Amino acid sequence: MKHKSISYAKWGYIFIVPFFVAFILFNLIPLVSTFYNSLFENYMGRGGMVQVGPNFIGLDNYKTMFDPKTELGKYFGNTFILWILGFIPQIFFSLLFASWFTDLRMKLKTGAYKVIFYLPNVIMAAAMGMLFYTMFAQNGPINSIYTTITHAESPYMFFDHVWSQRGVIAIINFMMWYGNTTIMLMAAINGVDPSLYESAQIDGATPSQTFWKITLPLIRPILLYVLITSLIGGLQMYDVPQIITRNGEQVQRTSMTVVMYLQKHLYSKNYGMAGALSVILFVVAAVLSLMVFYATTEREPKKKVKKGGIK
Amino acid sequence: MANFKRLLAGAMALCMVGAVFTSCGDSKKDDKKSNNGTIGDKDADLKEAKLENEEQKVKGSEDSQKKLKIYTWNDEFKSRLRNFYPEYDQEKSGFSVAADGTETVGEHEYLKNGTEIVWVTTPNADNAYQNKLDEDLAKQSESDDKIDMFLIEADYALKYVNGKYVKPIKDLGITDDDLKDQYQYTKDIVTDTNGVLEGVSWQATPGLFAYRRDIAKEVLGTDDPDEVQAQLADWDKFNEVAKKMKDAGYFMLSGYDDSFRTFSNNVSKSWVNNSYEVQIDDNLMKWVDQTKEFTDKGYNHGTSLWDETWNADQSSAGKVFGFFYSTWGINFTLKGNAGDDLQGQYAVCEGPQAYYWGGTWICAADGTDNEADVADIMKALTCNKDIMLDITKKTEDYTNNQAAMEELAKDYSSDFLGGQNHIALFVAAAPKIDASKISAYDQGLNESFQGKFKDYFLGSVDKDTALKNFYTAVQEKYPDLKVPE
Repeated sequence: MKHKSISYAKWGYIFIVPFFVAFILFNLIPLVSTFYNSLFENYMGRGGMVQVGPNFIGLDNYKTMFDPKTELGKYFGNTFILWILGFIPQIFFSLLFASWFTDLRMKLKTGAYKVIFYLPNVIMAAAMGMLFYTMFAQNGPINSIYTTITHAESPYMFFDHVWSQRGVIAIINFMMWYGNTTIMLMAAINGVDPSLYESAQIDGATPSQTFWKITLPLIRPILLYVLITSLIGGLQMYDVPQIITRNGEQVQRTSMTVVMYLQKHLYSKNYGMAGALSVILFVVAAVLSLMVFYATTEREPKKKVKKGGIK
Repeated sequence: MANFKRLLAGAMALCMVGAVFTSCGDSKKDDKKSNNGTIGDKDADLKEAKLENEEQKVKGSEDSQKKLKIYTWNDEFKSRLRNFYPEYDQEKSGFSVAADGTETVGEHEYLKNGTEIVWVTTPNADNAYQNKLDEDLAKQSESDDKIDMFLIEADYALKYVNGKYVKPIKDLGITDDDLKDQYQYTKDIVTDTNGVLEGVSWQATPGLFAYRRDIAKEVLGTDDPDEVQAQLADWDKFNEVAKKMKDAGYFMLSGYDDSFRTFSNNVSKSWVNNSYEVQIDDNLMKWVDQTKEFTDKGYNHGTSLWDETWNADQSSAGKVFGFFYSTWGINFTLKGNAGDDLQGQYAVCEGPQAYYWGGTWICAADGTDNEADVADIMKALTCNKDIMLDITKKTEDYTNNQAAMEELAKDYSSDFLGGQNHIALFVAAAPKIDASKISAYDQGLNESFQGKFKDYFLGSVDKDTALKNFYTAVQEKYPDLKVPE
């Protein structure tokens, strides 16, 4: 006689249904329809008065995107430069503060600092952009300090030069994100077994030795996670450069990021071109996500094949 | 359990197929409407055929009938309506003007017949106003919440005038006789390809050059508008004065775009021709060359139109001799920027070249369910001589009524302009305005042109690259326009 067993497995499936429903509705369908739309010529003509298309044109939008004249590489390059300029000081200061704050010998009271460091992140990115735009403007406070100190005849036009403009954006990105990273790294460092530090101290290790030889290797997975999530976030950078560079047009578009370029196609509601660019962006982000997935998944260490014969 | 998995997989597949079909549905709705439909030679200036108005499928709801919904981008028209429209219920709306001119208004505004006014304000920047307007107008025929009125500017007027959402003026019961005192060019701009008038304006906008009297006295030895005008009568003289200003430690102009309109509104061909090809008029290149020269020689302050430094340059702290402006610039911008120190310290003259700049038109949205109110507002603010005289007297705006302005010009003196009778200057200039070279694409093209050539003025690119960058930007904004390879 076959005995009917009670299965609890169905509950597992029921509990994951909401996620899949939300995922299909808000992620998968838009994704598919974005790809679908990217195959059409579809925009508003006559300045927005009449719709042109949708006419099926195959991969023509992608051809236009990869055409050297479109300079898509330039926008990806800009995005990467803006991201790395902000990321280097961000990771440096975050590591520094995180190791100070977690150092038991320094006995710092960190509660207030954590809040203060995190605060810039609470402010809307656009507001930060506006603030810095005003500060570095032609007749802003930074320039009045600059002209007073250097007795320069005219103020320095921060937003009319490639690197000063990129620098301001990098400073904002750094300010906004180093607090967040500090807190994440602190959590990672706190997760390291304290007995390791104690024994290292007993053995006479200097603080820099414990940092380089114990802390850093043990928080590597988190560091990698921070790197990749920041990279994906950086890929979608939009509001700060948008405000600082006035729609990215300043200085030959040298600070125009990919998403800002995407937004250019919304002027004429050009769903075809915008769709194609979104798909390209998706592929790049997906590759990066896969990287973080493989980097953070712990794998079974490979069994060492015994070398040599019988002795 | 296997069943459940199948169900899940089936649902997912369905969703995907569904997604594909919804997109298909969209595509069928629109049957390849392209831009074709131009009138005249293919090399001539662009003349787009008027689109047929959409049929109104849904009537306005009762609520909508009690609300006058107006789309605008700033407070200029609001202020005109609140201050000068006799049927505006100032008391019920809680409207008051403080001693310093600040206007306050309650949360809800009403006309005297009880209709509530609903403002939908979207800033102009980044095309946001037009995007919002286009989106909502597209829903107009099937919506029971009707848009009643919207405002447009000269740079894109033709887009709406030849579009499908405007109710012609004569359908509102406004006759040619009502409009007889309006300047012809203000009607030309909003006349569609079929010759039907689609909008009205309360202002006429001849251009001018506003200069600082104190600087004029110091450098040119006189602040009299006629004598200053004589020294600025053409571009060569203008450049000479610019040099004098520089030598005396002043700037001739504030920014790169200041003189743009004097060139761009004096072109011999429009931005786009009948084959939808972008064409650059020689006059625009003259602006490029002049501005480059001014920038290299330090004749301008390197600002951009409307930015903070540009505004600050108009106050007593500024070191700028003058600003190209249009009539509305005096009351709407310059007066506020000048601050207390410079009241009476500005004067205006015609400048090196006659031109016009801007202007705002009122259009009735097709499908409006407050037609009588819309028509009455238009009549009162743009045809009523007494009200228009009142507007000019109180705000120094130059109103669109020839008879009233001519009457006023006989004996007028502006406190802000140090007693100058600038109305007389405009009365002479306004009838000469020719706005026949506008196109529906002017706003986007002007903006891109100014933006891209800024790089050239700053020296980061050469002229050809700037031009190439301009074409790239144009192609993004208007995929239907053709640019040279």
